Amino acid sequence: MADLPPPSGSPEPAARRGLLPAGVTTPADLARLLEAAGYLPDAGVATAAYLALALPRPLLLEGEAGVGKTALAHALARVLGAELLRLQCYEGIDASQALYDWDFPRQLLHLRAAEAAGGADADVLEAEVYSRRFLLARPLLAALETSPSVLLVDEVDRADDEFEAFLLEVLSDYTVTVPELGTVRAEVPPVVLVTSNRTREVHDALKRRCLYHWVEHPDFAREVAIVRRRVPEASAQLVAQVAGAAQALREQDLLKPPGVAESIDWAQALVALGAARLDADTATATLGAVLKYREDQERVRLDVAQLVARAVTR
Amino acid sequence: MSPPVPRRVPLVAPGASDAPPYDAVDSLVGLARTLRAAGTPVSPERVQAAVVAAAALHPGSREDLYWAGRLTLCASPDDLARYDRVFAAYFGDRPAALVRRPRVVRPGLRLAPGAAGEPGGDGDGEPDGVAAASSVEQLRHKDVARMTPDERAELGRLLALLRLPGEPRRVRRRTPAPRGPVDAHRTLRGWLAAGGEPARLHRERPSTRPRRVVLLVDVSGSMDPYADALLRFAHAASGRGRAGPPCEVFVLGTRMTRVTREMAHRDPDAALAAVAEACPDAGGGTRLGGLLKEFLDRWGARGLARGAVVVVLSDGWERADPQLLGEQTARLARLASRVVWCNPRKAAPGYAPLAGGMAAALPHVDDFVEGHSLAAYERLALVVRGWERAGPRHA
Repeated sequence: MADLPPPSGSPEPAARRGLLPAGVTTPADLARLLEAAGYLPDAGVATAAYLALALPRPLLLEGEAGVGKTALAHALARVLGAELLRLQCYEGIDASQALYDWDFPRQLLHLRAAEAAGGADADVLEAEVYSRRFLLARPLLAALETSPSVLLVDEVDRADDEFEAFLLEVLSDYTVTVPELGTVRAEVPPVVLVTSNRTREVHDALKRRCLYHWVEHPDFAREVAIVRRRVPEASAQLVAQVAGAAQALREQDLLKPPGVAESIDWAQALVALGAARLDADTATATLGAVLKYREDQERVRLDVAQLVARAVTR
Repeated sequence: MSPPVPRRVPLVAPGASDAPPYDAVDSLVGLARTLRAAGTPVSPERVQAAVVAAAALHPGSREDLYWAGRLTLCASPDDLARYDRVFAAYFGDRPAALVRRPRVVRPGLRLAPGAAGEPGGDGDGEPDGVAAASSVEQLRHKDVARMTPDERAELGRLLALLRLPGEPRRVRRRTPAPRGPVDAHRTLRGWLAAGGEPARLHRERPSTRPRRVVLLVDVSGSMDPYADALLRFAHAASGRGRAGPPCEVFVLGTRMTRVTREMAHRDPDAALAAVAEACPDAGGGTRLGGLLKEFLDRWGARGLARGAVVVVLSDGWERADPQLLGEQTARLARLASRVVWCNPRKAAPGYAPLAGGMAAALPHVDDFVEGHSLAAYERLALVVRGWERAGPRHA
């Protein structure tokens, strides 16, 4: 039925497209679904995710650590009911860790077993040894074979340049060729999210293929909503104070300003201590949940009272 | 249910699939052209992506048009502010205040050195073409600040031959080797090829790659006589066609500017012209500590300086509080594998690193080398490669 053209005069003819879930025709629809999945996107993130699904195109996310780049991939996977396949990049990553590898020990065992069972035909044996069951699918191949799936290529800037070129090859036509086995093609292309921390410039060729979005820290109201959602046992007052203090900390000249992830940690730490509201003592005691540099901690500790006051008056 | 039609963007309702080609194309192409003029490299593919993205959204809405353009036409945080400005200007919010795209001046014909009609600056100028080898040898040790224009041109040619690979470090990857631990994969593959018969044992060892090299070039007023030579050195160092990550170059003037991209021009003169356009603030006063902090906040701490060999090319002349420079150098030393400080004033007779900034930074510097002549730059390359050490205590 899906192949039939929509009847003329339908309210939303060409609207559902790409990998969008049924019923989603605007970024706001997708935002509602993401909210239900526990992720509160702003207009930019919602639009970026909507386009990534509608076009469909890989989405390159950049932003400070802890603004929710990886969390978006998890939420999208939940919304789509898809499996999340994560490829964590690191220096020196290569095809056998990202794409596929042959399971050599099992192949060898198979050969030995066949030999022990009595002379098998060499051609048959070879075909058996290089069959799908001895192929270990790494995240990229697994994403092509799984449908639906969300592929998260995390911290692509940590990998080498050569790896980017290789990634580009896979992302351009969603096929992987295993010489001994043939070509694996994705029936439905996976939703691809690529994150980068900008430790180096990602190559233009990769950027050109992707949508680009810079993820900002959330504003006060959104941060309150996010922390409330993630730490439901915290009181409304505590959450508002934590979010206010985090916003104030971001305005200060710190080595590592806290992200939303740190606000959530902080709220959890305060709840664990049984604090109903933020005051100078509890703030000092739990500062290690938000600030991870000694210099930053010392600087803020000098003026915790003011920080708390700013958080309250916000 | 027709969408609100904004001014200036003639659009069709979504869903009219057989309507004439999307009319916002004009607007988006115009926006892209304006962006290109403002300095964002917008390729035709990106424009196409923008049109497709706009069509997938509610094309009548100005906000959706904004996001469609922003998600497709921008590629880095630096592009975003420019995009906002151009978008507002293009759709008539504010008067345009655009930055012109940095223009690359490609040198045309140049006068041959020696034909410029300039008299040799100092008395020891030699006749052209005579005793070339010995003059190169003299040039190697001559202070860059006291060179004649001809000698500078020659120096530029010699500098272009320099390379600056970082010290090698071990990586996770392994390469085949005659001895070392057994390479299970290759061994098993060999056995498979032999039909399961145990054949020869393949061995492997960790492979190495050069560390990233980060150059911080001080182009403040006090460094004026050396700035050109140092930038040429940086250009040669960032030359392509080598293994390993490319060398990153930052210029410290009154502001900190990343010029790695500008340095990518093959021709040194074109590259230097591009650098000059990218940072028109050379020659001002120095707040080294503040600039180093900016570098670490924006680039270094994110990972650019982590494990790298960071070379500071500066005389350490600090206008502001030297204590900040000391703190930031310490921070840099904790991130980087090695901090090399190359100071052109170090070779001057009677020089001692007592000037506020240099004295504050020196305790955190791993190698302290001279930077006044070609020979000094050659030595710097050896130090960066790890073949020679020059701890401050050896000075």
